[in-house]
Amino acid sequence: MSLISTLARLEAVESGRARPLTTVRHRHLSEHPLVLVPLTTAGEAGAPLGALVGTDPERPRLLTVAQPRDRELRFAFLAELAEAVLPHLDGYADDIELVERNETDPATGKRVKAQAELCADAPQLIVPGRAAIDFVRLLGRSMRFRRTSEQDPETPYPAPPHVPLLGRWLTHYGERARVPGSSLLLAATDLLNRHWATGQSSLEDQHLGALLAWIDPPDGGSGAEAALRAELGRDARGQLLVPPAGPATDPAFDNRLLAPAVEAYDRVRLALAAAGEGAEADGWLGQLSLAEREIRRLLRTQLEPTWHAVWRSLELLNELPEGPRATERWTRDRWSFTAHRDRVRAGEPPQPRRDDAVTAARKLAARESAQTQLDAQEALDDPLVLAGRRLSGEAFTGEVIEVTMAWSESKRPAPRPLLVLRTDDRPHLGEGVKVYRSLDGRPQTAEFVRHEADDLLVLRLTDRMGRAKDPAEGTVPVKGDRLAWTLFEHDQRGGPRLPEPEETPWTHGGPPGTDAEAPDPVTPEDIL
Amino acid sequence: MRGNAFEARVTSDGGAELMRLLGAEGPTGFALPDLAAAGPEGRTARTALALRQATADGVWTLLRHPLLALEVAGAPAYLEPDAVVVHPDGRWTVVEIKSFPMIDASADAAKVGAAARQAAVYVLALERIAAHTGGASVAESVLLVCPKDFSNLPTASVVDVRKQLSVTRRQLARLTRVEDIATALPAGVTFDPERPADELRAAVAAVPAAYAPGCLAACELAFHCRDRARRAGAVETLGRSVRGELGGLRTVGDVLAAARGTAGDPDDPAVAALRRAAALRAEALAALPAARTAPEELPEAAGCH
Repeated sequence: MSLISTLARLEAVESGRARPLTTVRHRHLSEHPLVLVPLTTAGEAGAPLGALVGTDPERPRLLTVAQPRDRELRFAFLAELAEAVLPHLDGYADDIELVERNETDPATGKRVKAQAELCADAPQLIVPGRAAIDFVRLLGRSMRFRRTSEQDPETPYPAPPHVPLLGRWLTHYGERARVPGSSLLLAATDLLNRHWATGQSSLEDQHLGALLAWIDPPDGGSGAEAALRAELGRDARGQLLVPPAGPATDPAFDNRLLAPAVEAYDRVRLALAAAGEGAEADGWLGQLSLAEREIRRLLRTQLEPTWHAVWRSLELLNELPEGPRATERWTRDRWSFTAHRDRVRAGEPPQPRRDDAVTAARKLAARESAQTQLDAQEALDDPLVLAGRRLSGEAFTGEVIEVTMAWSESKRPAPRPLLVLRTDDRPHLGEGVKVYRSLDGRPQTAEFVRHEADDLLVLRLTDRMGRAKDPAEGTVPVKGDRLAWTLFEHDQRGGPRLPEPEETPWTHGGPPGTDAEAPDPVTPEDIL
Repeated sequence: MRGNAFEARVTSDGGAELMRLLGAEGPTGFALPDLAAAGPEGRTARTALALRQATADGVWTLLRHPLLALEVAGAPAYLEPDAVVVHPDGRWTVVEIKSFPMIDASADAAKVGAAARQAAVYVLALERIAAHTGGASVAESVLLVCPKDFSNLPTASVVDVRKQLSVTRRQLARLTRVEDIATALPAGVTFDPERPADELRAAVAAVPAAYAPGCLAACELAFHCRDRARRAGAVETLGRSVRGELGGLRTVGDVLAAARGTAGDPDDPAVAALRRAAALRAEALAALPAARTAPEELPEAAGCH
């Protein structure tokens, strides 16, 4: 945490309200995000218990599993989830634009222009917190190797249609969420934490209810008090006033309300199984649907507050103007979505359990450069983020007080104007250090020459002034301009090229196999 | 609940599955000594005896739920690992059975870390016994047994606990002895849960606490300590790391006063950095519409630079 954000937190402690950390929104938000609030069964690592899902805040779709240990009910839940999610994803798959991009011709090795499809927009998935992102990943992992009876008639417990497909999509979204700055799958807590500082620790900020209370306290009261109530307040029956955002449920809810309801459901099911057929069975069937309805009602009480909290978070975030470079990053998310759409359509097998060496190295490199790019872009989009970099000496703003034309000493002299800037910042500059400023959205480089005085420094512009002897119009700052310069590059250059997966050296396991991986062995006690 | 069910399942065949997971391929048989005895002292003595016997015999031996003793802050503590395996070469390995899944051969890092810390304490306790047993050594890696993927089938992984061992060793060595803690308490203070709530509250309030947000995950009294730290305005309520960058300033009020230039020594680097931070923040926020910058702005900050 930088000193500036610590200061923001301290201000929040003092005022009892969250304080802004940014002046713009640094993540793209879709106009029609799909919100998913999942719940998992306590003690059963990963068995789903219920979920609210949908794109309309007023009409969430409630999915529940009355007995989480029952495979059939779990499959029914997953099938229903697929029914709710997949049509939304499909809705974006066919609205495309054609984009020209550079590709390497595999035959000649030359760079050629090729037309590629790019989805005009991509579906966005919002979950309450980080734990829910992990849960999405877990669901994806558990579903993508399942086989439907159509794919494999021999499979002992065939999954309902679309469940493996949903698994592949959730895996893709879960993986994409690991790329810094990506917005396909976002957690509401991460979004809020990026844009506001509360008067509590980052650990406590993982509680969506408390976090939201700091930012948007009910009736404009004290955020600190509202957060405390959201965290600890319980009603007369010992139930939390604001249930946890999940996927784990509150133990008091599990033990006092849910467990008896599930037991009642189990009893009726046993009785129904014993009753055989006829009028008696019909009676039990009615009882069963009552018991199930009770479980649904209970789960709704746990899910609904979180559902509304997520939508309220989105509302608050939508009040911020979107940073220009956030839109640019969203294009990458659209590429990511389009690429996975193509893989699914091409009938490629599901993502492997473990990435091969080249894929893993590529992913890591991509995430690293995404992180540097994100850090740079956020600072360029937002004076408040830039202030943090200025404080740490990685950037400075200054007023141009003098411009002297000069040229390089080569045969064809190129313009190398000298700028004298006045700045109160204290950047870490040494001779020849490169600094960058944004010129029409592209970086322009300058070299540090010397300090003229304590607050005066001299820079030499070195590029982006055109090919002529005299710099192109508007490419050299003029006296009086206030400019922001950074010591970090605006665009990360790619590292060394990695070999194609087929050329993986034996030291790294050799070329990966191309066959689809075998599905998980099925046992009678599977939890997911 | 699931943890117990899984452990019962893993050991349901008398431990053969566990031995297989340990890589003891094809031991024709292994000893499974009975460790039952009366009282914790009896059980620890019985365990130590069984360990020595197994080491002397040089056969694969599985000890289920042995009881070990370790001195913590001058008081004895009894520890019960899930199992300890004695190898024919006299090496002892701690086995820890956990119910969180190992999916595609990797498990939740936080949970594995907690299991490793727990197992390291068992290793330390075993080392005390091994020191008095000829030919015995304690393995510095433990066997972690977890459910495989989404099933209830066990799978295992060897976890190196050398780091956890040295950390625990150091912490145990520098723990204040229980007697010393007790003498530092005000006379007559008792934490007996049978006492009335008011008396207990006063007793807890009489003891100083070093609260950090990490306590919330581990301690039931954390909310009490947090409340106290918040009321005192301690900056640690925002995280341990916060204190490092604020130098000698310990309370929210002090820090904000220093940032606004109404208190603090401007030559103190921490104060100077704070003032610069406040000025930069105010400058960036000044451009914002008033709606976002809420009531309490730092008006003095802009001018103090």
